[in-house]
Amino acid sequence: MSAVAVGHRRFRSATAEPRAVRWLLIGFTCAFLVVFLLLPLVVVFVQAFAGGIKAYFAALADPDSLSAIWLTLKTAAIAVLLNTLFGVAAAWAVAKFEFRGKDFLVTLIDLPFSVSPVISGMVFILIFGAQTWLGGWLIDHDIRIIFAQTGLVLATVFVTFPFVARELIPLMQAQGSDEEYAALSLGAGGWQTFWHVTLPNIRWGLLYGILLCNARAMGEFGAVSVVSGKIRGASNTMPLHVEVLYQDNKMVAAFAVASLLALLALITLGVKTFLEWRHGDELAALRGR
Amino acid sequence: MQISIRQLSKSYGSVAALNAIDLDIASGELLALLGPSGSGKTTLLRAIAGLEPIDGGRIRFGDIDATELSVQERRVGFVFQHYALFKHMSVLDNITFGLRVRKRKYRPAREEIRRRGEELLKLVQLGGLEARYPNQLSGGQRQRVALARALAIEPRVLLLDEPFGALDAKVRKELRVWLRQLHDETGYTTVFVTHDQEEALELADRVVVMNAGSIEQVDTPEAILRRPATRFVAEFVERDAAGQYTAAHPPPPRTVHERVARAVRVG
Repeated sequence: MSAVAVGHRRFRSATAEPRAVRWLLIGFTCAFLVVFLLLPLVVVFVQAFAGGIKAYFAALADPDSLSAIWLTLKTAAIAVLLNTLFGVAAAWAVAKFEFRGKDFLVTLIDLPFSVSPVISGMVFILIFGAQTWLGGWLIDHDIRIIFAQTGLVLATVFVTFPFVARELIPLMQAQGSDEEYAALSLGAGGWQTFWHVTLPNIRWGLLYGILLCNARAMGEFGAVSVVSGKIRGASNTMPLHVEVLYQDNKMVAAFAVASLLALLALITLGVKTFLEWRHGDELAALRGR
Repeated sequence: MQISIRQLSKSYGSVAALNAIDLDIASGELLALLGPSGSGKTTLLRAIAGLEPIDGGRIRFGDIDATELSVQERRVGFVFQHYALFKHMSVLDNITFGLRVRKRKYRPAREEIRRRGEELLKLVQLGGLEARYPNQLSGGQRQRVALARALAIEPRVLLLDEPFGALDAKVRKELRVWLRQLHDETGYTTVFVTHDQEEALELADRVVVMNAGSIEQVDTPEAILRRPATRFVAEFVERDAAGQYTAAHPPPPRTVHERVARAVRVG
């Protein structure tokens, strides 16, 4: 027993860092996470409940807040649905077909990650704004896009469309097409193959992508802020409403709404962790990228 | 079902994968497509199944011109090299998939589907494993499930792509004998692809030796061994003291002239 212990002391593994370095790195990482993640989160909840539970719920029950919550849920739901359809279609095209310009298409899908959300918001103003030809025509026909929910959805879709596609592309590429071919050779039609074979094979990856997409859609600020016009009770989403309340110096209300957003993020994180734990094998194909 | 192939051509860009192939397969025959990788044997198999679009030529199943038929309409039983079992379905659901996706008009009743599935499981000697999932089976068992699944649709022809390629040597030998027995029992016209000459010569009624998109010889195993039609065939089936040539280690071209010819053919 003691011989073993001595051996350990004398022959340190060649690849191991000195103990001090190890603890320094671990300590630094933990300290960083506490300062930049945990502390702000705690502050959000502490501030939200600073006026007591009653004030907290009163702030959430405010008509403007309720309208913002409702608008955020609706916008996120539509954007996530559209991006799920888009993501599956795009991943299918990239993973199962060979065509010219495929690499370029994949790069394009990543574009929203590298473009500042404010710019994407501006683009929609430039396309649909009142001063443009198209915008003028839309206003003449009483179709509201900018400063209305349509604009919010468009901006959110733009910002969040890579999420589902990026999760599915490597997964579907790794799986190949043999199972689909097998289904076809057994007489299944295109839709039957999709529902019975393709979809079950990608379901956890798809759910994972949808979760990330949803988290981003609900939290989106930049692009939405440009197209929203921040009309209270009409075109204000939760992140925008938090900012408005904060500027009005309504701290409890601002942090109450913020805490709700944080809660949504925490739930997403929880479900994501669960998926990774439960379906790690399938998701491993995603992490390999 | 008798199969006849006429002038079947396929190229990938400037490389010819199939060079105006003519081939007749007798009803109930067990035929091997033998050749090194890149010889076009798998492309030919997939073209028969309708999984590979072709550039020209015709494929007939008996009296039916199958050239324009879709994969579904051809009703071929295709067994993939890596089985391609549906991972999320039980063994029974895998096997009965082809019956369950039929249009209601042609779909057997639920009990009948189950009965047929269990019958097929017994045929491939996996009775009692219907509730298992593919990842709970050994390689040889998966292969047999894939075969049962292909048989369930009562295929016009059974096509197997490197059926034993992913198995270890011992299982491979057992399955080979078993497949021959199964073929003799069921009588399906069967075509299988292999790069292992021993497998082809031992198992098949006739062997098609392919090279660079063309057929070098179609003959019985005995004739291939005794009277190889071309130098390529002779070298491909040649045995020496050290072992056997396989697709992974094809015999080296002997003369400069032949080396050039080979390089030109392979492209």
